[in-house]
Amino acid sequence: MIKNRHGFSFKRFWSIIKKEFIQMKRDPISLKLPFIMPVVMMLLFGYAVNTEVDKIPTAVYDLSSSEESRSFLEQFTGSDYFVIYENVQSEERLEELIKSGRAKAGLVIPGDYSHKIKNGDNAQLQLIIDGTEPTTARTALASGQLIAGGFSQKYTSQGLLKYGITPEKLAGLTLKTAVWYNPDMESSKFTIPGLVGLILQNITIMLTAFALVREKERSTIEQLIVTPIKPSELILGKLIPYIVVGYSGFLFSLAICVWFFKIPVSGSLGLLLLLGFLFVYCSLSIGMLISTFAKNQLQAMIVMVFVLLPSILLSGFIFPREAMPAAIGYIGYFIPLTYFLDIIRGITLKGVGLDYLWQDALALLSFTIVILFIATKRFRKSLD
Amino acid sequence: MEYAISVENLTKKFDSFTAVDGISFSIPKGSIFGFLGPNGSGKSTTIRMLCGVLHPTSGKALVMGKDVTRETEAVRQSLGYMSQRFSLYEDLTVEENLNFYAGVYGLSGKVTSQRKKELIEMANLTGKERSLAGTLSGGWKQRLALGCALIHKPELLILDEPTAGVDPVSRRVFWEIIHSLARQGITVLVTTHYMDEAESCSQVGFILNGRLMDIASPRELIEKEGAKNLEDIFIKQVEKAEGSRLAGRFEQLGFLRGDDRHD
Repeated sequence: MIKNRHGFSFKRFWSIIKKEFIQMKRDPISLKLPFIMPVVMMLLFGYAVNTEVDKIPTAVYDLSSSEESRSFLEQFTGSDYFVIYENVQSEERLEELIKSGRAKAGLVIPGDYSHKIKNGDNAQLQLIIDGTEPTTARTALASGQLIAGGFSQKYTSQGLLKYGITPEKLAGLTLKTAVWYNPDMESSKFTIPGLVGLILQNITIMLTAFALVREKERSTIEQLIVTPIKPSELILGKLIPYIVVGYSGFLFSLAICVWFFKIPVSGSLGLLLLLGFLFVYCSLSIGMLISTFAKNQLQAMIVMVFVLLPSILLSGFIFPREAMPAAIGYIGYFIPLTYFLDIIRGITLKGVGLDYLWQDALALLSFTIVILFIATKRFRKSLD
Repeated sequence: MEYAISVENLTKKFDSFTAVDGISFSIPKGSIFGFLGPNGSGKSTTIRMLCGVLHPTSGKALVMGKDVTRETEAVRQSLGYMSQRFSLYEDLTVEENLNFYAGVYGLSGKVTSQRKKELIEMANLTGKERSLAGTLSGGWKQRLALGCALIHKPELLILDEPTAGVDPVSRRVFWEIIHSLARQGITVLVTTHYMDEAESCSQVGFILNGRLMDIASPRELIEKEGAKNLEDIFIKQVEKAEGSRLAGRFEQLGFLRGDDRHD
């Protein structure tokens, strides 16, 4: 990377590095950011962003009030998906609870429920769901149907037994399911490794862009240009400290992921560290590119929003890219984070290696080379 | 005579705007050359071309006998430059700023510490070595910037409005340093709006709308123009170029006198 090209002076290069580190030390944010950001973001995303919904508060209007209805309710609450918020005595009260948001679901058991069950008729229950929060609503719907289905099957087999038929004698279908890599489907296992990548990206882009723009904003760059310093010495000298900081942030958040959230790296740690380094380099180039578009730190901040926001929304960090309309999902291919997320999730959760991840690694490498090339070119031009 | 700077037909165009229009002048070694002219007249653009920051559109400029466009690096090694704005690192201490520029000019540790000591004494910064540059007041900052511009022992010092916004005492101290540097054989090119400063230069040049109007020693100029001082000459030159009296323009501001009443 650092070649002793004709005229490259290590003394000048080293002076820049030293100066950059002193400035970083004096800046209250630069040095703390790689440590504060992982802690704050991981706690936020690790706990607040939880797509698993359980204990849905439910209002129950039991008109039957029989042994049969109580037996159903027992099953209903035993699933852990629903808890009874209140046993209401009127339809109006049930409506009121859902309207006020205190109950997210309402279960109505009609008066003839027990009668119909006993007679072997088809009994109807009603589950009302508040659809304003789609995640909660979907869980309520699916688990409600599942519980009712199970119950219904039980009555069916009891009915069949009366006619001397055991269910085993009937043709049927069983689906054996196996969930790999994240058997309990915990969303933190999905979010946290991705977050390691996002944090690495954000820290590196922000610090690099700010450091480069600062020289322009305070016109110190003009004083530097009249010295014999070469653009290559200046660029490399300014960037190396941020590689160090960005990579520290990456290692620190990876440590939180492994030891605090207990998400082990099932694949090759060496490969992850190597590709992490590549991604630091890529983010650095993005930061450098941003700095060439901005005259001051405020402008840099605005440009950064346009880069960071799509990378959070479209990279598949939270929302699966498969669910996006094709055109929007396509944009994700132009975001380097998309590839790094595949890499880091692949290595930590699936434990796969380069044989499966080479396409992502290659894409990341290509992006790094292209962005670094454009950024260096534009940056050199801005020096003239 | 040996020249520190010699410029021939130097021109700089920004799109259709000509900032510097074919100027020629030479500055003998060891002299102090005062560059005068209103804001936007082309002083800074000329200086930036001499430092190799801007490429001339046409013409030729030699600094210490070296071509600024072809031997930029050698030129940069031989000149010290102080820009219009304070452009040192405010979050670095006095000493760290000096260390940094010493490193950038490739000085060895021994030479650095020797020169640093002398420059701190020269700039009256003793006891402030560990203060952050940002906490220094105007005059101190300017002297620190001068120290940084001198650390590599340049033969030519280019100062762009070094004393703008600096108090009279600091201005005096600063100019005493400039004169003592000239006595040591360093050539100084300085731009200023203070005519008392200009009068102490060995030579002054007036630049207006990118053209060099006059170049001579301050005394010659005053005698030739029959003026009281340089300030008169400065104003006369501008008025001649603009084709009107400067004071007259304010009389056009009718609204100040209440001419624009419509009620």
